[in-house]
Amino acid sequence: MREPLRTVQLEVNGAAYTVTVPVRKTLADVLREDLQLTGTHVGCEQGVCGACTVWLDGEPVRSCLLLAIQAAGHRVTTVEALGTVDRLHPVQEAFWENHGLQCGFCTPGILMTVVAFLREHPAPSRQQIREALAGHLCRCTGYQNIVRAVEDAARRLQARRT
Amino acid sequence: MKPPVFDYQDPASVEEALELLARHGAAAKVLAGGQSLMPLLNLRLARPEVVVDINRIDALDYLTEESGWLRVGARVRQRRLEREAEVRRMVPLLTEAVRFVGHPQIRNRGTVCGSLAHADPAAELPAVAVAVGARLVARSRSGVREIPAEEFFTGPLTTALRPDELLAEARFPCTGPDWGWAFLEVSNRHGDYALCAVAAGVRAGDGRIQDARLAYAGAGPVPVRLREAEAALVEHSDLEEGIRAASAEARRVLQPDGDLHASSEFRRHLAAVLTARTVRLAWTRARTRSGGAHA
Ligand SMILES: Cc1cc2nc3c(=O)[nH]c(=O)nc-3n(C[C@H](O)[C@H](O)[C@H](O)COP(=O)(O)OP(=O)(O)OC[C@H]3O[C@@H](n4cnc5c(N)ncnc54)[C@H](O)[C@@H]3O)c2cc1C
Ligand code: FES
Ligand code: FES
Repeated sequence: MREPLRTVQLEVNGAAYTVTVPVRKTLADVLREDLQLTGTHVGCEQGVCGACTVWLDGEPVRSCLLLAIQAAGHRVTTVEALGTVDRLHPVQEAFWENHGLQCGFCTPGILMTVVAFLREHPAPSRQQIREALAGHLCRCTGYQNIVRAVEDAARRLQARRT
Repeated sequence: MKPPVFDYQDPASVEEALELLARHGAAAKVLAGGQSLMPLLNLRLARPEVVVDINRIDALDYLTEESGWLRVGARVRQRRLEREAEVRRMVPLLTEAVRFVGHPQIRNRGTVCGSLAHADPAAELPAVAVAVGARLVARSRSGVREIPAEEFFTGPLTTALRPDELLAEARFPCTGPDWGWAFLEVSNRHGDYALCAVAAGVRAGDGRIQDARLAYAGAGPVPVRLREAEAALVEHSDLEEGIRAASAEARRVLQPDGDLHASSEFRRHLAAVLTARTVRLAWTRARTRSGGAHA
């Protein structure tokens, strides 16, 4: 079978991109390979590890389980939109300060989940944080410092609001 | 690229979707939330010639109450069940069970009907459908038929749907006022498929159980309702005696397969223990329910 292609317009981090891609290509692969947005990582490609988590219309989803062409007409947000090297997002700051990452492979996906989670749960319990992180696998940290980082991030965001 | 080559269609209407399914039959696969189909495509365990994406069909995105039934259209995401307070009032078992389905990131995309159509024997929503007596509305070009949940699930990952049929809607009966419901499961990690899950409902009256529902996931090839265990709950005027009899019945009747996550014996043990816990919880709720509010 020949490779069916489609041309679609994608809105990623507020910018519009027109891409012509194979219909079977996942959003994760198009972000990384066609848009050079390599902050989104690809681990398992079965929805299990969470490394590829991005926002679709502001809600965290697995970009390995979406076809890129399905994202047309929706707003996609990736880790690149959170902060810059000079101006980190408060959640990124908290991960840095609390040693919430080692190799950093899992981090972009975790950040996208955590920022969305703290929006809905500004003062979460430890138990809620652990449940929120359940959809992410980290091979390095043992999670302790990630939980600490999320607690600290919640405090930082609270302090900013008041 | 991980998925195999396929032709992609994204119809904007149900009629167009049914036309595509009629034309391509078993060579086509419906794509709803993609949370089960996309992993299968990425692993190349599924190789459909045509993928029929129903995400553009706005007409399938409805969650409404009609004559005592909650109607859930095929594009309703699992996440919506937990976000809408009305669902808890109408079918509290759905609200309670859906939190056990994967993770929020999965439920943001995964659909209610997709979970039913996928028919994983360890999945939560099929067990809920069987417990409450849901009816599944299958549409094809040749018409509409309503399939009772207990006849819908025919084997692991197998349903009564024909290849040309779309599961257009799931209908869940709204709970009666003196019923209490509970859903509990044991899984290896939060968000994993259940090793065993139990859905229980009891109707309280005159200080005892008048009617009961018990359905199990992860305890056989399809979600099952255990009428013998339900009868045991109604027969015994003493709650704990009824629970003992129902748990023993579950342990006796259920024949779950063992796998690397849990042996058959351990799953039967879980079924018995979870029967007791869910029934106690459902009973407390049935007695404290006043006019529909559910604690
Ligand atoms: C990491 C992870 C964890 C998960 N954990 C759980 C869990 O704990 N419990 C659980 O129950 N599920 C779990 N799931 C699966 C999830 O609930 C899926 O959303 C669900 O099984 C399928 O729904 P979907 O809308 O994503 O369907 P899809 O993946 O789009 O489709 C699944 C199958 O159903 C068919 N189909 C879908 N919709 C229709 C329709 N309307 N008519 C006819 N056929 C249709 C498709 O053709 C396909 O064969 C998990 C998934 C992931 C990735
Ligand atoms: S790569 Fe998407 S969840 Fe692992
Ligand atoms: S920091 Fe290495 S995988 Fe999480």
